[in-house]
Amino acid sequence: MLTLQCPYCGVNAEETELTAGGEAHLKRETVGSSDDDFEGYLFMRENPKGVHFERWRHSYGCGKWFLAARDTNTLEVFGTYSAQSKEPPKELRDKISAKRPGWSWREFK
Amino acid sequence: MSEPVSFLGGRVAEGAVTVRDAGLRGMITLRGDLAATKVKNVVKKITGQAIPAQRKASVAEGRGAVWMSPDELLLLVPYAEAEEAVATMAKALKGVHHLAVNVSDARAHITVEGTGAAEVMAKNAPVDFSSAAFGAGDFRRSRVGQVAAAFWKDEAGAFHVVSFRSVGDYVFDLLRVSAEAGPVGALS
Ligand SMILES: [Zn+2]
Repeated sequence: MLTLQCPYCGVNAEETELTAGGEAHLKRETVGSSDDDFEGYLFMRENPKGVHFERWRHSYGCGKWFLAARDTNTLEVFGTYSAQSKEPPKELRDKISAKRPGWSWREFK
Repeated sequence: MSEPVSFLGGRVAEGAVTVRDAGLRGMITLRGDLAATKVKNVVKKITGQAIPAQRKASVAEGRGAVWMSPDELLLLVPYAEAEEAVATMAKALKGVHHLAVNVSDARAHITVEGTGAAEVMAKNAPVDFSSAAFGAGDFRRSRVGQVAAAFWKDEAGAFHVVSFRSVGDYVFDLLRVSAEAGPVGALS
């Protein structure tokens, strides 16, 4: 059972209150993008065994989208943060580094 | 004009824990900047309550405000006053970005009363209902069984459950059957 703390209402919401929204921090390729970049935006996703960043929605609660960092292997949750974040907060990245030295995910480490 | 009736016409399932269709209730969804002075003032004027803190319900004598999300409140007023309250808000919040809608007829309001009410709730929602974790005035939006619901606990220890009217029958029966099954002793 996955439990994530919603950063908007502070609830420790268990999985059935949440909707998964796929990978976090996708950059939308749009007008002017190359075909390859657009294809990547549409189809290419991370599939890590370990540290992962995802979008979740507190759909049965406050209804807000938020972002979460967790380990896909152990299901350990490192933290959640606002959907308005362009990148994982430094504090969270440091916390992950302490627990999973040498981790990396896309351009983040 | 047709006579307004509540979703189950006031049905009551009595027992050690009583489940009740609490009848018609004026409910207004208000979205906007809850920190704005004009919003604070009009909420106070209509409900007699200040803006509730995160996950809190401030309700007294049929009027109140409950915290739905960082930018949304549910205002409670007597059923007959809901339309007027929306008009009052439209006037008071002129020029302030907001949304106020009378949703009274889209909602069911159910109360769950009696010793063991917390267990009846706990059987149906993924929420910690121990009195230490969920006290009087605490509020949550979550699910009851398979549908979305919002609930708070009043000073007397009764739970107030609000769901969509279209699934009110389902929520009522779910709570009724859970009450009839008796306590499991998990929260005593
Ligand atoms: Zn939430």
